[in-house]
Amino acid sequence: MVAADLRSLPVPVQEALLEISDPEIPVLSIMDMGVVREVSLTDQHVHIKLTPTYSGCPAMDMMAVDIKRALEKRGYTATIKLVLAPAWTTDWITPSGRAALEAYGIAAPLDPLSDKYALIDGKRVVKCTQCGSTNTKMVSQFGSTACKALFRCEDCLEPFDYFKCLK
Amino acid sequence: MENKNKSLIDYLLILGDNSLILGHRLSELCGHGPSLETDIALTNISLDLFGQVRSYFQYAAELTGGDSTEDTIAMKRMDREYRHTWLVEQPNKDFAYVIGRQFLFDAFHLPLLEQLVNSKDEMIAAVAAKSIKESRYHLRFSSSWMERLGDGTQESHQRMQSAINDLYPFTYEFFEETETEKLIFEAGIGADLKVIESTYRQTVKDVFAKANLEIPTAPARKTDGKKGIHSEQLGFILAELQFMQRAYPNMTW
Repeated sequence: MVAADLRSLPVPVQEALLEISDPEIPVLSIMDMGVVREVSLTDQHVHIKLTPTYSGCPAMDMMAVDIKRALEKRGYTATIKLVLAPAWTTDWITPSGRAALEAYGIAAPLDPLSDKYALIDGKRVVKCTQCGSTNTKMVSQFGSTACKALFRCEDCLEPFDYFKCLK
Repeated sequence: MENKNKSLIDYLLILGDNSLILGHRLSELCGHGPSLETDIALTNISLDLFGQVRSYFQYAAELTGGDSTEDTIAMKRMDREYRHTWLVEQPNKDFAYVIGRQFLFDAFHLPLLEQLVNSKDEMIAAVAAKSIKESRYHLRFSSSWMERLGDGTQESHQRMQSAINDLYPFTYEFFEETETEKLIFEAGIGADLKVIESTYRQTVKDVFAKANLEIPTAPARKTDGKKGIHSEQLGFILAELQFMQRAYPNMTW
């Protein structure tokens, strides 16, 4: 499942969608996050289907408001519909999105098995975003937001977030 | 058609109210958790549960029509109209209670969602598919704390066992099929409570064994939460949950 294809859309619409990010992870655009499922255009009106990352994610409402605002600025109106199926997974985060997360200090999600090793069995597999060491320890299974867990590097001693695998 | 909708709405309340009331109980701990990490974890779980409730209630509001919204369903019903089980309204007596209540609910909730994923009702199936991923994390969290407390110090073990002794008798209610659940299951929308019960028992058995806890043998509490009959706890919960809407009707943010 890939994110919506923007290429057939007018440039201003593409620009608007690419500039919106998750307010809690400002480096991750909504396109990189894979939450924009479908975009279509009728004259100057854009229809967008968004899917939430977590059911209770408070950032969803904000993203919808931001999208509308960015489009209005460029002379478009928008209708945003929240769709639940198929449910979002961290696999939909694009490679550039993963790189942006890492650069920002949030370790990108591992595959489900390694994720389980890290979160349940306490194995040291999550790579520190500061120094790259895997000598890291989970501090809390839930972090500053529901999608993240809190880790600490035992080598450079820096704390960092890990984006949990959701599949 | 109208009758079918009525049962479906009632079923959505049975599903949603457990998450709403448990989510509310957990939200009471915001800023009061025993440590920063558990405080964040419990409020995150609360948030997930509220997110799930919103989907169920938005759907129920759509089926109800008129002025019904997710907020009127959450905030403006009378106590007898809530359909959750007694377990979830039990108070946050101590951390062992919070964990025990959470574990017993998660152990039931996960296999419930596993079945609802295949519901003939597309909306319920979609909400379940979304929620199931979150609930797996909840069960992992609560099971690991059950083990830590049950198999911890003498004090933590004693408190965990005592919490479980009090809470366990409420869990039988999960599996007492109401008329609504029966109808909805037969329509291919609901879940088979017998299958859920056997998965639930296995989870309880495994985690209790690891946590060095005894499965209580006390008989089931006779409770009818799913039919709207609640304990004295609900009055206190609603007094807080509904306060703003009762004091300032139809207020919005």
